Amino acid sequence: MSNVIETLERNQLRRGIPQFKAGDTVRVHFQVIEGQRRRIQVFEGIVIKRQGSGARETFTVRKQSFGVGVERTFPLHSPKIEKIEVQAVGDVNRAKLYYLRGKVGKKARVREKRYSASERTLQATQELPAATEQSVVEPEAPAELPEEPAAESAIDVEAEEPTADAEAVPAGDKS
Amino acid sequence: MSKGIIGKKLGMTSVFDAETGVATPVTVIQAGPCPVVQVRTADADGYDAVQLAFDPVPMRKLSKGEAGHFAKHGIEGWYRHVVEFRDNTTAVQGESVTVETFEPGDKVKVSGVGIGKGFQGTIKRHNFHRGPVTHGSHNIRKPGSIGASATPSRVFKGIKMAGRMGGKRVTQVGLTVHAVDPEQNLLLLKGAVPGPKNGVVEIRSWK
Repeated sequence: MSNVIETLERNQLRRGIPQFKAGDTVRVHFQVIEGQRRRIQVFEGIVIKRQGSGARETFTVRKQSFGVGVERTFPLHSPKIEKIEVQAVGDVNRAKLYYLRGKVGKKARVREKRYSASERTLQATQELPAATEQSVVEPEAPAELPEEPAAESAIDVEAEEPTADAEAVPAGDKS
Repeated sequence: MSKGIIGKKLGMTSVFDAETGVATPVTVIQAGPCPVVQVRTADADGYDAVQLAFDPVPMRKLSKGEAGHFAKHGIEGWYRHVVEFRDNTTAVQGESVTVETFEPGDKVKVSGVGIGKGFQGTIKRHNFHRGPVTHGSHNIRKPGSIGASATPSRVFKGIKMAGRMGGKRVTQVGLTVHAVDPEQNLLLLKGAVPGPKNGVVEIRSWK
């Protein structure tokens, strides 16, 4: 992409967008313009995809409304988005959760990410500055913090699994 | 009066309106500044037009005839492209046309050489329908009949067939100027324009 277009897009990027991915439950505070009045509508649901890059990035939120699945796609950097709150972090193995479309009721849920005790204390100390965040236009720093525990947890899981397998194999040989 | 400028298509993106939040798909075009090489008048040449130049190049890139044309009309520097724009009566020879001649909201038409598609069949090239896919059909993407038999015992000229597609001059009319950036010589047009990225396009006012 040409530099000119990159700068055009960079100027439109919003700061203070919390980090979230597919599987997370979010509350999107979206401005609705009715004639002259502006009001804020909240759309809460599971993020089923994030798509695109730069100023054109969008995300799709799915929820059940009166038994009917409703999906809404928002431009991530739209000035109409007042605020995005991350309610829960989901534990999923896909970047695009299209499989939720075919599921109803209890099966259409996403497991919540569980942290070990050490990770929970890590998060608690780092959530303190994030909790004070009120406006969307605040600097990016609080939004970036949760990145660390997530990366660490991934490493932990990978490290644990091979050792468990190594123990299981010699046990089988002895018998 | 009609306005015109030459530019280079940089690509597409979308732009948010800070007030309403509406995202507009735009093509970013780097246009001008284009020196006016020559002004043609109805008295001298039989029609009114201006000749604009675009994209500076070193002299060795041009033929002697092309370089001589710039020298004859007292233009500093040499340019790769020279295009005539009809019925432009305000341009003055020796001055430059910039993107500031356009304003947001102006209607324009854009001409350029479209992206070449190579050798294509009749379905893609002429929007033919395809034949049935099942029941033993061997006529899935074939062109069908191209004429009668013994009379006239030839194929008429101009029958639509497979062949080279694209790579020809295309004009897209009815585009709107979304924004103008005189500092960077940028024109943001709403919608798509013909040609690849870095392709040369001519922008003219429309209606």
